[in-house]
Amino acid sequence: MSDEPVVKVEGVSKKFCRRLRYSLWYGLVDLAAELTARNGHGNLALRRAEFLAVDDVCFELRSGECVGLIGHNGAGKSTLLKMLNGLVRPDKGRISMRGRVGALIELGAGFSPILTGRENIYINGAVLGFSKSEIDAKFDEIVDFAELRDAIDAPVQTYSSGMYVRLGFAVAAQLNPDIFLIDELLAVGDVAFRMKCFQHLLEIKNTGKTIVVVSHNMIDMNRVCDRVVVLDDGRKIFDGDISTGIATYESFLAKRRQAAPQRAADAAAWIDQVELFDGAGYSREDFSTGEDLIAEVTLTAKRKIANARLIVHVMTPSIGTLGSFASPHKGFAFDIEPPGAVLRFRMPKLPLLVGSYSLMVSLYGPGIKDFLHAMTDAATFKITAPAVDTFGYGVCHAVSFEHDWELVNFDREVRLRAAQSRH
Amino acid sequence: MAVRSHSQHFCVYTPASQLTDPGRLFRLMLADLAASRELAWRLLVRNVSSRYRHSLLGYLWAFLPPLLTTSVFVFLQKAGYFTVGQTPVPYAVFLFAGLILWQVFSDAINMPLHMVQQSYSILTKVNFPREALVVAGIGEVLFGFLIRLSLLLCALFWFKVGVSSTMLWVPCGVLVLIGLGVGLGLVLTPVGILYHDVAHGLPFVLYLWMFLTPVLYPVPRSWPGSWSLVLNPIGPVLDTTRSWLLSGKPEHFGGFVIAMGLAFALLLVGWLLYRLALPILLERIGA
Repeated sequence: MSDEPVVKVEGVSKKFCRRLRYSLWYGLVDLAAELTARNGHGNLALRRAEFLAVDDVCFELRSGECVGLIGHNGAGKSTLLKMLNGLVRPDKGRISMRGRVGALIELGAGFSPILTGRENIYINGAVLGFSKSEIDAKFDEIVDFAELRDAIDAPVQTYSSGMYVRLGFAVAAQLNPDIFLIDELLAVGDVAFRMKCFQHLLEIKNTGKTIVVVSHNMIDMNRVCDRVVVLDDGRKIFDGDISTGIATYESFLAKRRQAAPQRAADAAAWIDQVELFDGAGYSREDFSTGEDLIAEVTLTAKRKIANARLIVHVMTPSIGTLGSFASPHKGFAFDIEPPGAVLRFRMPKLPLLVGSYSLMVSLYGPGIKDFLHAMTDAATFKITAPAVDTFGYGVCHAVSFEHDWELVNFDREVRLRAAQSRH
Repeated sequence: MAVRSHSQHFCVYTPASQLTDPGRLFRLMLADLAASRELAWRLLVRNVSSRYRHSLLGYLWAFLPPLLTTSVFVFLQKAGYFTVGQTPVPYAVFLFAGLILWQVFSDAINMPLHMVQQSYSILTKVNFPREALVVAGIGEVLFGFLIRLSLLLCALFWFKVGVSSTMLWVPCGVLVLIGLGVGLGLVLTPVGILYHDVAHGLPFVLYLWMFLTPVLYPVPRSWPGSWSLVLNPIGPVLDTTRSWLLSGKPEHFGGFVIAMGLAFALLLVGWLLYRLALPILLERIGA
């Protein structure tokens, strides 16, 4: 196979406008430019209320590569994917695609709710570009993949949302393009079906197709992609291997959230900073699963707060809050006297797996309403080792659970239980 | 420029206007029209079968409105509230024929914008030949007409008007009506996507337009009514086609031929505009 890139994105930019009235007017202006055949070299001058949703992005994909586009909401991932699919035209730059393009962006495109699953398979298939004979040939395969044998002649509006997406995916799974564009699809259906989708995607990947995936789920990305492009405010900030990419993205995400700390206007006390140390007392940001973590919270007080409480949330960007704990839970009571205080808490044997984590720390007085201060991302840290296994043969996701195993004698156990149930 | 046809395997997207290479644009338009047949048929079947499945009266809805309108006007005319002059066939038949032809035009002019608005979610997410929506829409207009035509044929026998070989010309007239309607509808679609004023205003304009077209009455022979034939291209087309339906002799064939040329030109301009405008405007409505 030639080493010629299959997808080539060269200096692509796209303007966007969130103000409806301006946006509609610019639409007319752009249309006039198109009709007079101007607009030849791309005009990037920003008009009022416009910004660059995609800003000078370049990358190339070769056959067999699976690349993930990641970034926070509004970073330009979906716009870029739409440009790759030809739905949105770049305002500057050039995109060339060599091969047939198939997009899994909308599942069940064209479905009519009052028609049956059978009829909708043909409609959705036609929207995706299949002929009737192709669908005829694949019909049974589609129904089996969707696991909808019994419901195939019922109107789609009677389907559960899970059944709906299963049917949509089953039709789309019949696509056999050279370049696959996928938008946030792996989050559909129940676990068994999601695993089926993964399996299907991996099979496609192994046949040397090129895949571009947009997702917010880093675990899923880890499963299928071997390269990521990280976007921030429309610009490419990273292009390379997946674990470095995800780490880059998560640290950008954390920075982005370090907004103004929330604090009551006339707060009598607040959190100044939270510092992290390892069990030996050294300042640390990188830990391994199972290590001890010690946090020091520096508080400032203008007047005395009796029976104050500190609440800690452990968060991770891709999942959210993993859990929380508070100082009174262990019977720890403290008063803060001006000018302030330093508290220390210990989290022994961190039960967390590889990833980025942060602590949200909030300070309360004794009552529920006595909110003083909440500090999002008061401290951030990473678990960097040991490596996880995203395929489910080892451990993965965020929490490290204790587990042990034994093989029991089937006969003895079953008889024992039967004997017990008779009594 | 989006150099991509739905049968091609290499595509390049750049900001350049598609009009910079008209030859290629024209080839892509024809290729996409051909590629849209299968999808258009599917969409047509979907729209027709889902339109009537959820109703008690089903296909009756296709001809109830013109039937009721005819009854009301015939009643008013019989009661002497207005006079329409001499019609070549019983007024009920004359009126019903006019109404179903007018409906072909009014359905056709509303269709492109309606199809686009109904398909926003797939238009903004799936890249399929956009011509399919319009082709399916034309099919729907024809389908509605054929149902109503069957009722008219019954009426022609009931009122002992009968049919003659002029009926063979009717498809030609209906196609010109559809061409004028779809052409105008396509020209209105780009603005209609951005501004809902088009969708709000169109029914009202069509309502007035119908009264200015010889639908409810025969073609006026004297000033100022006769001018409606010159300024209103629907007038001669509708009257000519109605004459063919009712075995009469068309009196405004010259106007019909001019309108036919106009329909062809409008369709071509509308198609071009639709094709150039859709990608630019759809990104504005997001979704």
